[in-house]
Amino acid sequence: MLRDKKGRRVLLAGFLILIGLLTLKLDYSFSIISNFSLSISDIFMLAATFVAGYPIAVSAFNAIRYKIFGIDALVTLAVIGAIYIREFWEAAAVTFLFMLGNYLEARALEKTRSAIRALLELAPDAARVIRDGLEIEISPDEVIKGEIVIVKPGEKIPVDGIVTEGNAYVNQASITGESMPVSKEDGAGVFSGTILESGYLKVKAERVGDDTTFARILEMVEEAQDKKAKTQKFLEVFAQYYTPGIVVLAVIVYILTKNLPLTLTLLVIACPGALVIATPVSVVAGIGNGARNGILIKGGEIIEKIGTVRVIAFDKTGTLTEGKPKVTNVKNYGIETRELLQITASAEMFSEHPLAKAIIDRAKADEDVELIEPDESEIITGQGLKARLADQVYIIGNKKILAEHGLDISPDIEEYINSEEAIGQTAVIVADYKEKRIIGVISIADTIRPDAPKLINKLRVAGVKRIVMLTGDNERAAKAIAEKIGLDGYYAELLPAGKVRILEELQAEYGAVAMVGDGVNDAPALASADLGIAIGGAGTDVAMETADLVLMSAEIIKLSYAIGLSRATVINIKQNIYFAVSVVILLLMGVLAKLVFLSSGMLIHILSVLAVIVNAMRLIGYKEK
Amino acid sequence: MITKTYQLETITCPTCVKKIETAVKKMDGVKGVDVLFNASKVKVNYDDSLGDGKDIRKTIERLGFGILGEK
Repeated sequence: MLRDKKGRRVLLAGFLILIGLLTLKLDYSFSIISNFSLSISDIFMLAATFVAGYPIAVSAFNAIRYKIFGIDALVTLAVIGAIYIREFWEAAAVTFLFMLGNYLEARALEKTRSAIRALLELAPDAARVIRDGLEIEISPDEVIKGEIVIVKPGEKIPVDGIVTEGNAYVNQASITGESMPVSKEDGAGVFSGTILESGYLKVKAERVGDDTTFARILEMVEEAQDKKAKTQKFLEVFAQYYTPGIVVLAVIVYILTKNLPLTLTLLVIACPGALVIATPVSVVAGIGNGARNGILIKGGEIIEKIGTVRVIAFDKTGTLTEGKPKVTNVKNYGIETRELLQITASAEMFSEHPLAKAIIDRAKADEDVELIEPDESEIITGQGLKARLADQVYIIGNKKILAEHGLDISPDIEEYINSEEAIGQTAVIVADYKEKRIIGVISIADTIRPDAPKLINKLRVAGVKRIVMLTGDNERAAKAIAEKIGLDGYYAELLPAGKVRILEELQAEYGAVAMVGDGVNDAPALASADLGIAIGGAGTDVAMETADLVLMSAEIIKLSYAIGLSRATVINIKQNIYFAVSVVILLLMGVLAKLVFLSSGMLIHILSVLAVIVNAMRLIGYKEK
Repeated sequence: MITKTYQLETITCPTCVKKIETAVKKMDGVKGVDVLFNASKVKVNYDDSLGDGKDIRKTIERLGFGILGEK
């Protein structure tokens, strides 16, 4: 407290008041002019009033020059009045409490804003680049796109870019909220503001300075914290009328009763500080907590909205599923699994098709098989491919390609394929063309995110009435996934415009609808829902811009945290408002009943403001149960 | 049209927001003011007549708010 000027002033005023109180019993008084005398105590009280009141009066005077009549002007007026009626102790106490209150409020507010401030401090401050063959250190803003940046252990990555050399573990908590380090090597994307924990990386800069994902998140969080909630707007309007109203009341009271102390007390309580501050402090603490956990909530109004959501619609691919097809089952007929995978993966080697990629990934990962370059391969669009490999010819694809090549599918294999397709799998059939025989069926599906079913349960517990899925994918695949996760319904084969239409129908039937997507191809749906939620938002600009709520990582379970946090914030705001309204009413009644006087009015005012801030601080530590 | 953002010392009272808003808005050449309470920032849009915005700084400082930086 001693470190700054304001603190010292408060302390000095407090000390003077203390002496004033201790000297209260001394009977010696000074006569300045015949009818005006001051006791020693009075002199100390006046000194305290001057010390604490001077900055208040200066600030009031400065504001009045711009024709603004603020709380400091009201307090100054009340204090001058108190001195006039020789209430020196009251004058000293009011000024002291006002200054002390301001001081403590500033401290407490800093705390509610600390989570966001901590985020700001994660910004990188230096970048090491190679220029003219020399390794030099520059500001991250000065890095040129395309330049190679070197990052060593313990350092922050200063740009968004692609790893060109080295490997390392990187803590991406500043972006995704996930503190488990992620392995990065050649070709991997890295984010500015993340920390290299061990290893060494050379990164080619793709985005620098204000264009980096991290800088944009910061900007959005900063903007979000001051986007006003509806309650806040309402309360500000209320305060605009309340303060002049009380001042007018004070004047009326004075004219009717000539009771100066009562009039002055009304001036002191004319500003409903706790009420005005009730919403923004909770909002900033809630948004700060979210930001630290990889959740970007775009303002107070969004927080209020989240709690009212009745329906949540999910996009399928990339949201409820990983978005990358994987081999889920391999069935072999008269051949080793290893050999089947080797043949299929080799044949598919030059194909860019996602199914081919899935098979190659599986062959490489599980079986450690060596791929052989095919002598010849021919892709038949919409069917599959035909490849010549070590003097054998293989036909790989769907039923159509087999029929075209005059290959029969035996009833038992046919049945197996149908059963796989019924549960949403895509069956890739592998046949030996010369022997006219099917050697295997490889099932591929986009896998459901492991945390998706758990999330759905949590959402139901949280009171969401209907959870559905919107997808452009076919009916069968959609049905299989919807059933597996336990959704209330699904809408398949939708174009982006169709998604928007379904959302409108849901809105009409159930009320507020939230749309969850990865933001890549569902931006129109995100924008048209009451609440747009993007997952895996880090790095995708469209998602970050369009959505109201962004989960930086791909961990969909965080949605449940975001909803819980928003609800806790709304409850916190309500507590603050109920409390502040009660204080305003009780204070006004207390003053009119002459139970509350200048200094006690000020004390209650300040304590109520502090109580509201302290309550908001609890949100910083919010954790999901 | 120039846009400047001033980072102030922590703004503590919501009435301060009103104060800065009203005072800066009244200046000739100022087109728009946005005071961000939680961020303790003031965003000002103004035309060329105010030059580098020295007078805006003065107005804010005279109201008793320290300016930590501008952008």
